Amino acid sequence: MAVIIVFMAVIGGIVAWWLSHQRLTSKPWLEEGVIGEIPGTGASTLPAAKIGLGVFLAVVGALFAIFTSAYFMRMPMAEWRPVPVPGLLWFNTGVLVASSIALQWAVIAARRGRMGDVRWGLLAGGFTASAFVAGQLAAWQRLADAGYFVAANPADSFFYLITGMHGLHVVGGLVALGRTAAKAWDDVATDRVRESVTLCATYWHFLLVIWLALFGLLTGWGDEFAAICRQWLI
Amino acid sequence: MVPSGAVEGVLPGTAEGVPPAEADDLELYHPKSWVTKYVFSQDAKVIAIQYAGTALAIGFVALVLSWLMRLQLGFPGVFAFIDAATYYQFITMHGMIMVIYLLTALFLGGFGNYLIPLMIGARDMVFPYVNMLSYWVYLLAVLVLVASFFMPGGPTGAGWTLYPPQAILSGTPGGQEWGIILMLVSLILFIIGFTMGGLNYVVTVLQARTRGMTLMRMPLTVWGIFTATVLALLAFPALFVGAVMLLFDRVLNTSFFMPALVEMGQRLNYDGGSPILFQHLFWFFGHPEVYIVALPAFGIVSDLISTHARRNIFGYRMMVWAIVAIGALSFIVWAHHMYVSGMHPWFGFFFATTTLIIAIPTAIKVYNWILTLWRGDIHLTIPMLFAIAFIVTFVNGGLTGLFLGNAVVDVPLSDTMFVVAHFHMVMGVAPIFVIFGAIYHWYPKITGRMLDETMGKIHFWITFIGAYAIFFPMHYVGLMGVPRRYYELGETVSNLHSSDALNAFITVAALTVGAAQILFLFNLFWSLSRGRQVGGNPWRATTLEWQTPETPPRHGNWGKELPVVYRWAYDYNVPGADQDFVPQNQPTITRAA
Repeated sequence: MAVIIVFMAVIGGIVAWWLSHQRLTSKPWLEEGVIGEIPGTGASTLPAAKIGLGVFLAVVGALFAIFTSAYFMRMPMAEWRPVPVPGLLWFNTGVLVASSIALQWAVIAARRGRMGDVRWGLLAGGFTASAFVAGQLAAWQRLADAGYFVAANPADSFFYLITGMHGLHVVGGLVALGRTAAKAWDDVATDRVRESVTLCATYWHFLLVIWLALFGLLTGWGDEFAAICRQWLI
Repeated sequence: MVPSGAVEGVLPGTAEGVPPAEADDLELYHPKSWVTKYVFSQDAKVIAIQYAGTALAIGFVALVLSWLMRLQLGFPGVFAFIDAATYYQFITMHGMIMVIYLLTALFLGGFGNYLIPLMIGARDMVFPYVNMLSYWVYLLAVLVLVASFFMPGGPTGAGWTLYPPQAILSGTPGGQEWGIILMLVSLILFIIGFTMGGLNYVVTVLQARTRGMTLMRMPLTVWGIFTATVLALLAFPALFVGAVMLLFDRVLNTSFFMPALVEMGQRLNYDGGSPILFQHLFWFFGHPEVYIVALPAFGIVSDLISTHARRNIFGYRMMVWAIVAIGALSFIVWAHHMYVSGMHPWFGFFFATTTLIIAIPTAIKVYNWILTLWRGDIHLTIPMLFAIAFIVTFVNGGLTGLFLGNAVVDVPLSDTMFVVAHFHMVMGVAPIFVIFGAIYHWYPKITGRMLDETMGKIHFWITFIGAYAIFFPMHYVGLMGVPRRYYELGETVSNLHSSDALNAFITVAALTVGAAQILFLFNLFWSLSRGRQVGGNPWRATTLEWQTPETPPRHGNWGKELPVVYRWAYDYNVPGADQDFVPQNQPTITRAA
C-alpha cells in the first residue's frame, strides 16, 4: 500500500498548504462585519470548472495509485510471469504524446484567438486519442493471439485491467472533447471555448502522465520500486 | 467519470470564483415542465429529497432484514423460512445497505445537497447537471442491488465485507449465481454516482460561498460534510478497485484474490491470489467510511446542540481542527480491522497506536459538545433529545472502540457479538440518532411544517431506550464468546446457550424499535399536510438556511440578492442583544432598549 500512502501524503500536503492560507487560527467569534476586502470569502479566483477538474484528477490519481499498489502487492505472490509487452505499446505511447501536443497547440491557438487552429488542434487531438484507444485494443488482440488471455496469469490480468481502465478514461475524455469541438464549430468567439479547451488539454496531459507511469509499471521498470514496497508490507 | 459535465454545468455567476452580491436568477437552469422540476431536476434541494427518500426507502428494507435475522438469533429454528443461506443474505444486505446506501447517501447526498448551498449562501451547487446525474446513477445502483433479491440464488450472502475467496465460491449464497455480481456492479455504480455528487459538494464549498462567508464562518455542519466528502472521494477508489478486481475473479476467472483452492473435491481454476490484498483494499476504503458517516454527524450535532441550547459552540476552532485531524488520521488506521489476518506484530503495533491517537481529536469534540451544553439554556426539543442521545451513544461506542483498537484485546474479541455491538453503537445507532435529530430540525425548512411532537417523543424514547436494550446486552453476549455471523450455535457449544434468554430479549427489543420507525415514517407523511405551520425560522437559529425569503426555499434559494455574512454561525445569547440570537447576515447587533 506504499504507493497509495505516498499519493495520499502528497494530497495531504496540498490540502495542508491550502488550509494554511485559510486563516484557520482566526477567532471568528470576535470578528464582526465584513472581513478584509470584498468579497472576503477566501475563495480562489479560479473558475469552478477548473477546481472541479483538479478535484476529479485527484480522484483519478487515487484510483490509479491504488491499482499500482495492488499490482505491487500481488506481484511477489505465486504464479507471476511478467507480460511480454507488445512493441505496439511504444507506438501507442507516441500517439498519445502527439495527442497531448495537439491539444496544447489548440490551447495556445485559443489564447491567440485563432479559431481555425483551435479546430484543427481539437480534431488532431481527438483523432490521435482515438488512434491510441484503437492501438491499445490491437495490443490486446496481439497478446490474446499469443496466448496471454486475461485469466492466463495475474500479470496478464493486471495488464488488461489497468490498460482497460486507462482506456476508459481516455474514452471519457473523448466525450468531453466532442462536446468542446461541437462548441468550437458553432462559430463562437474563441474566449467562449478557451476554458473548455484548456480543461480538455489538462485532462489529456494528466492521462498522459498516468499512462507513462503505468507503461513503466507494466514493462517492469517499477520492479526495483516494488522491492522497496514489499518491505513495507511483509 | 468524464469531466464533460463539469465543463458544461458552470454557472456564469461563479465562473470568476466570486459570487456577485446581486445575482439574477437567470443564471440557473430553469425547469420548464413538471418533469424537469420534480423528476429530472437540477435543483439541489429536489435532488436532496430524492436522495433522502431513496435512502430511507432502501433503509427500511434493511430494517426489515434486521428483524428477520434477529428472529433467527432470538428464536433459532422456530421460523422455517429462514435457513442458513437466507440468514447470510439477510445479514449481508442489512450491513451493506445501512452503511453505503443509507448512511453515506443520506448524509452526503441528502443533507449535503440540501444544506451546503443554503448554509453557505449559494443559489445551487456549481455543477447542477452533474448533480442530477449523481442521483440517477445512485438510484440505478439501488435498483441493481434490489434486483439481486429477485435473481436465481438471491442476493449475496458473503457478509458486508465481501471477503474472497468465500464471496465467489458456491458455498456462499449468490457466490456462483447473480448475487455477488449484482452487488459488485451496484457498488461500482454507487461510487461513480457518488464521485459526481462529491465533486459538486467540494467545489461548491470552495467556490460558491457568498460574500463574507469565510471558511471559519461556516457552520460545522458544512465543515463536517465537506471533510467527509473529501475523504469519500479519496477512499471510494479503493473499494472501486477491489470491486472491479473481485468482479474479474468471479466473471473472468482471474486470480487477483483467489488462491489455489479445492472445492468439493475439485481443484478450482484459481492460483496464487491473495485474499489479504482484498482486505487491504476493502479496509483502506472501509475505515475512512466510518468517518465519512461520522464527520457529517459530528458537524450536524454541533449545530443542533448550539441552536437548542441557545449557546455558542464551545471551541469552534478546535472543532474545525479536530474534524480535519480526524479526516487525515482516518487514512492510516485501516489495518486495525485486520488484526487477526496474520499481520506482522509491528504492523499491529503501528495501527493500534494510530487508532488510539484518533481518540484525541474525537474526545476534544465530545468535551466541546458537553461544554456547549454546560450552563446553556437547554430546550429539550426532539432534535436536542436526539443530539444528547448521540453524545451518550457515541461515547459508549467510542469506549469499546478503545478496547478493540488494541491488538491484544481485539484478538480474543474479534468476530464476536462484542464487535457487532461496538460498531452498531458507534457508527450505526449514533449517526442514525443524528439523522433523526436533523430531520426533526430541518423538516420545517423543507416543508414549512413541524413534525408532530407527540409522535416524535414516542419515537425518540422507544428508539433510544430500545437501542440500548438491543446493544448493551449484545456486548455481554459477545464477551461470553458468542461469535458473529453464525446462523445457529448448535449443540457443540452448549456453554453458550446461557446466552439464549438474552438473545431472545434482544430480538424483542429490536422488533419494538423497528416498529417505532414505522411511526416515524407515518409522521413524515402525516405532518406534510397536518403539521403545525411555523414560519421560516421556528428554532430562532442563526445560520443562513433559516434566513431565506421563502419557506420552503424556492429554486435559487435567495431572492434577487444573495445574503452577505457579517458574523460566525453561533451568535446565541450575545450580551446586550435584544434577541437571543443574531443571524449570520445581520450587519450589526440591535441592542435592547
